[in-house]
Order: sequence, then C-alpha cells, then structure tokens
Amino acid sequence: MVKSFLKRGYLFLLFAFLYAPIIVLAFYSFNSSRSRGTWDGFSLKWYIQMFQDRQILTSLYYSLVIGIISSVVATIIGTMAAFGINNMKTLPRATVMNLTYLPVLNPDIVTGISFMLLFIFIRLKLGFITLLLSHITFNIPYVILSVLPRIKQLDKNMYEAALDLGATPAVAFRKVVLPEIMPGVITGLLLAFTLSLDDFVISFFNTGSGVSTLSITIYSMARRGINPKINALSTLMFGSILTLLITINLLMSRQKSSKERTS
Amino acid sequence: MKKRFFRVLLVVLCITVFAVGCGKKNQVELNVYNWGDYIDESVLQDFEKKYNIKVNYDTFTTNEDMYVKVKAGGSHYDILIPSDYMIKRMIDEDMLEKLDLSNIPNYKYIDSRFKNLEYDPNNEYSVPYMWGTVGILYNKKMVSEKPTSWKVLWDKKYAKQILMMDSQRDSIGITLKMLGYSLNSKNPDELEQAKQALIEQKSLVLAYVVDEVKDKMIAGEAALAVVWSGDAVYCIRENPDLDYVVPEEGSNYWFDAIVIPKGTQHKKEAELFINFLCETDIAYRNADYIGYASPHTEAVKKLPKEITSKRYAYPLEEDLTNSEIFVDLGSVLKEFDRIWTEVKSH
Repeated sequence: MVKSFLKRGYLFLLFAFLYAPIIVLAFYSFNSSRSRGTWDGFSLKWYIQMFQDRQILTSLYYSLVIGIISSVVATIIGTMAAFGINNMKTLPRATVMNLTYLPVLNPDIVTGISFMLLFIFIRLKLGFITLLLSHITFNIPYVILSVLPRIKQLDKNMYEAALDLGATPAVAFRKVVLPEIMPGVITGLLLAFTLSLDDFVISFFNTGSGVSTLSITIYSMARRGINPKINALSTLMFGSILTLLITINLLMSRQKSSKERTS
Repeated sequence: MKKRFFRVLLVVLCITVFAVGCGKKNQVELNVYNWGDYIDESVLQDFEKKYNIKVNYDTFTTNEDMYVKVKAGGSHYDILIPSDYMIKRMIDEDMLEKLDLSNIPNYKYIDSRFKNLEYDPNNEYSVPYMWGTVGILYNKKMVSEKPTSWKVLWDKKYAKQILMMDSQRDSIGITLKMLGYSLNSKNPDELEQAKQALIEQKSLVLAYVVDEVKDKMIAGEAALAVVWSGDAVYCIRENPDLDYVVPEEGSNYWFDAIVIPKGTQHKKEAELFINFLCETDIAYRNADYIGYASPHTEAVKKLPKEITSKRYAYPLEEDLTNSEIFVDLGSVLKEFDRIWTEVKSH
C-alpha cells in the first residue's frame, strides 16, 4: 500500500516538475498586469495583442514553415542515407557513422557560425533559403540515428519475398519495407521538427532579410523583458499540441479496439 | 483515402514554398536590425506606406551578436541600432558609413546635449535613438533613508535584499564609480580593488539578475536593485513604493543610436528612414511605446508631464555631471571577463 503510494507520489512529482513552468506560464498569460510579481485580474488582452503583432505572427509562420519543410526533407534524405549506410562494409560504415555523430555532438554555435561563413563564402545572401538549408542539414543526422536501428531489425527476406511474388522494387519498398520502418521514420520526423522549432543559435546566424523564427524573436526580447504576448503564444502552442496528441491517441485506441473486435 | 491525403499535402507544401520564394522584386527593400521589442511596429507600416519602401525588420539579442553578423558580411543590413561602445568600435574598424546630415533635416530636433558625444565626436556616423542612465531602484518602505551613494549597496543593513545586475560592464563599472574611479578604467590596481569589493559584497547580494529585477522589485522581494532608467520608469509605474536615484559619484549613461553600416546599397533610403524616425510624431510614438528616454526635444514636449517631469525618466544636466558613457575597452575586456568570472564563482 505504502509502496504504491510512493510510486504514485514519485510519478506525480516528476510530472509536476516538468509541467509546473508551463502551467505558471499559462496562468500569467491571463494576467492583466505585465509584471509577473502581481496578479491584477483576469484579462485576454495579451491574446488580442498577440494576434495584432505582425512581428510575432510572421515569426510563428516562418518557424512552422521551416520546421515542416526541413523535417520532411531531412527525413527523406536521412532515410535514404540510413539504407545506404546499412549496406556498407564495416570500415566505411564506421567512418560515415562517426561523421554522422559529429554534428550532433558539435556545439550549436560552432555549427551556426560555420554555416554562416560557408554561405558568405559562396555569396549566398542570408535569408529564407540559407535558414532552410542549415535546418535541413543539422536535422539529417538525427533522422539517420532514428531510422538506422529500425533498418537493422528489418527482415531482409521480406523484401526479397515481395520481389519474388512479382512486386516491382518501388512497390515492394512502399508496401513491405516502409511500414516496417515507419515508427523510426516518424520518430525522426518529429525529432527533426522539434529541433528545428527549438533552435536559436544556428537560426540567428543564418537568417536575414526579415526572416525571423519564433526563438530569435523571443530571445531578442531578453534585454527589454519578455512580453506577456509570448506567454499567450506559448499557451496556445502548448494547447494545440496537447489537443493534437489527445486526438491522435483517441483515434489510435479506437482503431485498436475496432481491430480487436473484428479479429 | 490515404493516397489523396498525401497528394493534397504535397501540393500544399509546394504552394507554400513557391509563395514564400517569390516576392515582389521591384520594390526597394530596407534591412533594419534592432533590439527586440524596441520600436512601435505601426511606425514601420507607416514608413512603408509613405515611401513605398519595404522594411525587413530583424532583431538581435546583444551588441556582440549583431557585430558578428555584420562583420561576417552576409546580411547586407542598411540600418543598425547598436549601443554607444559598439558604435565606437565599429567606427574604429571602419564598418560604418558617414551620414549626409543634409538628407536628415529632422536631426535639428535632437537635443544638443546629445550631440558630439565621445563615441561619435563629430556627429558623422550616428543619430541618437534612445538613452538612459543606470542607477539604484529602491523601495521607499524598505530603505530607511534615500540613498545618495553607491556605497548603500555594500551596507550590511540590507543583507540579502540587494539585487545586482548580471552584466559585467555595468556591475564592475558601478563598483569603480563607488571607489571613485572611472568606469572605463584600464588600471589593473583599480580593477583589482573593484574585484575585491564585489567579492566582499557577494554575501549581501540576493541575486545577480537581468530581466527578473523588474518583477522582483515590483513584488517587493528586495529593497535595492541596480537597474536601467527605462526599467525604473516601468517599475515605479507598477509599484508606487519604488523610487530611482543616480548616486552622486556618478554612473553610466548610455545611448542606442542609429547607424548605417558600410556596404549598404540603399544609403539614400536608409537616411530617409533615419529622418522619418526623427519626425516629431514618430519619435513621440516610439518613446511612448518603448518607455525609455527620447533624445528628441519636440517628442519630449508631446509626452505627458507626469513622465517628463520625473528626474529618473528624464535626468537633468546636473544629474549627469559625473556620469560617463561606456567606451570600448579593447584588450582590457579580457580583464573584465576574468574579474567577473572570479566574482561569480567565488
């Protein structure tokens, strides 16, 4: 009895520690005063101001667009790369894997500045394209690292069996191999999206011409103090992701229970 | 069903990429680089409408980050708004264009107190944007008498009720001022004394903060804090128990000014933008939104008397007698780094 209480208590503390900042953030987004020191009454004015702020909405737009495009492209490239690496002999594979680990272990600022110097060297003006290229590039290793374990677990004979039964390689890949590695691919995609959305240093040094992501806009407010409009924005983003996850989980559990009923 | 979904998604992605990629190419575009939350957004929209020039507005976090980007040369900014010491550094490194003040007739509205400053003695490169001081924000209910000297931050009476700025130049600077030296001192003895004083003070300090100082002072969590004057205006408005003073030893007074970096292809348009920012109504709107002190004489007249009559918001000449502007320290900056690291890790 005590043991179960301790287990539940520990779990509760863990989640409380993780979510307390977000709850406080959401709480103060409704504060009518700008200061976090006093509660002046309930107000939706920060939400209204946020929707009128052109800078914040543009940054949100760019963050989402860069996030989606870079994660999708990085996933495609990374999956192809993972297949290639899987088929390599030991020595070349070890070399390529070490090269893959380097960007992951490198501090962001080194990666960011080196990208910037490269773009300047090839005389590419800093803006949307350079931002996108740098995001795709730093996302690829993470996708490779997510997909590779799945490919290793793959049964090679399934693919050959599909070919034997008359499928073209493309169809065999799409219908047999891809569903098997799909969890790894989805993990890679989500990881890439999150990293892209979250990134500040690399984005800061590789953008220009008015293209700004949410992290840059928020960090730039550091000197003047974070405007509660950001609280409102963060609450909305958190709320939408929460809703999305709950919906997906409900759909999946409904799918599972319907499958169990029919089988 | 799944196939159609993916096809539609693909089309949507392609449209997004094309829509973003193709913009209006025939309009002049001005790239402006400023601190975050440091302009009234509607001002930019008015400029775009009036002159049909598109403004690409980027923000930076610190002067040093901005310097790295501009020095590397990839972004072709036309307007920058750095701080005083960074402007001096950029002038010394020949990174700024000389301004043609005949294209900026509204320059006449800038208070003559703010012309010929040390970082730009001949007014060739910059036009002031916002300015302020550094001083002590104190809670009248928690402090027995009005502070007149920096030494009050070393008073054991207020142990654990003091907030210091987590910024090496500001904190070491005011310590030098307290000891009677220049806050741009390069003298190793003076710096050593400052370091010792800061280490002594550490046990009395509640925290080294930057932005959090405002919320903490408004909530009454501390009695004394080192703040910028602009933040003091905001704090006093939120909590009338607070007051701000620039100590008699003098302090730092700072400027953020508008400059044009070398390599700009739209110098005429950039000067037009600077002139626009110096229009009375525009300067007033910016000062109103940002809350810091404006160097524009007519804009100050338009602001409500409750703000401009307050000495903490708009210091008088005598408040600034012993105050200095930060100067680029060059190689001595490493010393400041070292001192600050030792103080923080003590």
